[in-house]
Amino acid sequence: MTSTTIKLDTTAEDHHVARMAAVALGLTVLEAAIPSPLPGVKPGLANIVTLIVLARYGWRTAAWVSLLRVFAGSLLFGNFLTPGFFLSLSGALLSLLVLACAQHLPSRWFGPVSLSIYAAFAHIAGQMAIVYLWLIPHVGIAYLIPIFAATALVFGTVNGLIAARFMDNEKTTYPLIK
Amino acid sequence: MHALRHIRLGDWLTLLSGGVCVVWLMLSLWSGELADKAVIRSGGKIFREVPLSRDQKIEVPGPLGISLILIQHRKVRIASDPSPRQYCVRQGWLEHAGEIALCLPNQVSVELLGSHKRYDSLNY
Repeated sequence: MTSTTIKLDTTAEDHHVARMAAVALGLTVLEAAIPSPLPGVKPGLANIVTLIVLARYGWRTAAWVSLLRVFAGSLLFGNFLTPGFFLSLSGALLSLLVLACAQHLPSRWFGPVSLSIYAAFAHIAGQMAIVYLWLIPHVGIAYLIPIFAATALVFGTVNGLIAARFMDNEKTTYPLIK
Repeated sequence: MHALRHIRLGDWLTLLSGGVCVVWLMLSLWSGELADKAVIRSGGKIFREVPLSRDQKIEVPGPLGISLILIQHRKVRIASDPSPRQYCVRQGWLEHAGEIALCLPNQVSVELLGSHKRYDSLNY
């Protein structure tokens, strides 16, 4: 009996996407350890990776990294196909959609901070849509929207600043992006 | 501030509009109480109490005929009514708790309620 090995041909780009997704995954695990006052209020540190990848390698790669992070993250946390998974998926999809439009803004005036804020708002909008349409179709959740929006604004700004910081001097201090 | 140089002109605009957006959301969602259900009365008696979560049409009989009440996207309106002056129809959509549309000739009314009832009026 001969043993067969299945070998997938991977390109350098695949390795790169996987590496970036792993960094995003690490940040997701990291922030899962941060206690949150309200489910859904969290910094979304993985979006920093998405922003950097978007700026350097374009939207397609950013979408790969972001969605891989969602799927692999859900397997890691054991919530694949649970409501929590669909919440992250809808948030990620909507923010990718918004980023696809927002990346065409003139970069002279709109930097990573703008993109990050738009993505954060889109993320929470996607999640609220799922919550309202599927999980809790009650008008009461409207009371939470201002809290989520304020959080999105704050964390969106902070993440954007961090991403801008990394893009400034990534060649010297951020060896993961080659 | 060292970090501030990463914020470009458009980013300030984004921040500002984001802030305005958050304040607007707070003002609009935290001030007026949103309605949960509609109480439909006919001839002074409660005809039906319906939640606003499901879109539907309700026909309410009165002395003049049928008033048609429409529930759509958590808003309520009287779509048609046999009353001569059509005040309640022209009132349009109701969405906040405490709002009410009255069709007096046909003795039909629809009132929106939130989790607790607010005052109609106060006397000293």
